[in-house]
Amino acid sequence: MIESLIHSNKAELTQSAKNGSPVVLSTRVRLARNLVDTPFPGRASKSQRSDVLTKCVDRIAELPQMKQGSFFDTAELSELEKQVLVERHLISRELCEAESGSGVFINKDQTCSVMINEEGHLRIQFMKTGFNLRSVWKQIDRFDSSLEDGLDVAFSQEFGYLTACPTNLGTALRASVMMHLPGLVISEHMDKVIRAVNQLGITVRGLFGEGSDATGHVFQISNQQTLGESEEEIMSRLGSVFKTIIDHEINARFKYLEQNRARLLDQIGRAFGTLQNAHVLNSNEAMNLLSLVRLAVDFEMLPEVNRSEVDRLFIECQPGHIQHAAGEGIEPDARDLCRADKVREEFARLPSLNFDKVNVIE
Amino acid sequence: MAENLKCSHCNNPATVHLTQIVNNKIIKVDLCESCAQAKGVTDPEGFSLADLLTKTNLIPEGGEPQITCPSCGLTSADFRRTGRLGCATCYLHFIPLLRPVLEDMHAGTLHKGKVPQVALSRQSAAAELQTLKNALERAISEEAYEDAAKYRDQIQAIKKSADSEAVHS
Repeated sequence: MIESLIHSNKAELTQSAKNGSPVVLSTRVRLARNLVDTPFPGRASKSQRSDVLTKCVDRIAELPQMKQGSFFDTAELSELEKQVLVERHLISRELCEAESGSGVFINKDQTCSVMINEEGHLRIQFMKTGFNLRSVWKQIDRFDSSLEDGLDVAFSQEFGYLTACPTNLGTALRASVMMHLPGLVISEHMDKVIRAVNQLGITVRGLFGEGSDATGHVFQISNQQTLGESEEEIMSRLGSVFKTIIDHEINARFKYLEQNRARLLDQIGRAFGTLQNAHVLNSNEAMNLLSLVRLAVDFEMLPEVNRSEVDRLFIECQPGHIQHAAGEGIEPDARDLCRADKVREEFARLPSLNFDKVNVIE
Repeated sequence: MAENLKCSHCNNPATVHLTQIVNNKIIKVDLCESCAQAKGVTDPEGFSLADLLTKTNLIPEGGEPQITCPSCGLTSADFRRTGRLGCATCYLHFIPLLRPVLEDMHAGTLHKGKVPQVALSRQSAAAELQTLKNALERAISEEAYEDAAKYRDQIQAIKKSADSEAVHS
């Protein structure tokens, strides 16, 4: 069912070369919306959920942003297809578990997905590669306003948008960036950063792992609070915290390079060599080595044009993607062989690392 | 000092101690190993104390009002178990339970963001129309034809302005 999504050459997350940036992989904003007069999905009957689904799908299909978009009914997706969509951040784990009458609408370039009957009736998400908080907000705000023209959303003057979970109440907005923070992890400053931003009501999650040992050094950082501040206030507060983290990351990288030049270049070189030649590669190892190669692009050891290939491999080396490409039901061991084959093939096309370009600049 | 701490859930010795600052308030929770696991503190998806507070029985049970939503039937026990409300109407009835939770969880308890103007004005127009239709029916059944004519004109006026708005937009 999802073939066209995976093989699309228009997908923002896996194909975009124009917005790639050193620290921030992608920016995502999501809004939760519910219809008035129907219980939230957790308490709705089967027929109520299916009514909500029909109503929302009809309305979403009318929107210009969803021209050439596709709708997927959760019940019709295989477990593997769901896993692939989760790895692409197009659906949540909660939607995978949802009862009947749920699904997701995904637009052509996979920058927008709308989940129906997940935790709430509607969960709208927009994403872009790179650091683009304002422009993603503008897009989702416009989409939400046109959606609201045709659907009666649950709203109160006091509490704002009414949501199934009170943690989302008010703006029901969660803005997040995916950050690649090898400098802070290697220099062992990540725990400190997590503690500091937690105190500002901001959550840090390892993308492919847990806490500060996140695989691939990729973290998702987002606001925790949604009520009592306007969307603009939330985003400007987040924006300044994100900028501070980016500064710290860049400083940590150059400081580490200055003090441990040979060691860092050795790590990057070995990562590149392994990816170029490995025949068995599990997903953790792949993420950690790709992280060092992404760092190589930031240090101009590889041309900027190759950044999007590295970022794409971050997604395509996930277990679901490897398994989907190989056909259903292959064993984890065989998956590691397929992953290594894929990475070797891609790395054969990359130019070799240019160590002369690495300078300590601030 | 740590020896005396007991799990906030089951009174076993607490081995997991969490401190988080939410909205400038320090919130501390002590849990034993198994409750920490059960509450998802070790969940790789990440964890927030604010979420934990709503999902657990940390809200004191004694003296708390027992509430049932007249619209969807959600009870305060359901809410404490799942941390979720059942429908929009729940927010009218669960305020006594919700307010302290919201104060701990968010930057404030009053919405300051976007307002869905179009949907709200449509909803209030629809509500007004329904009131007039009810009044019209009542007037007809009571054979108060003068009143009925008045309501009918008002209904037509609202429909007409809604149509012309639709044309303009």
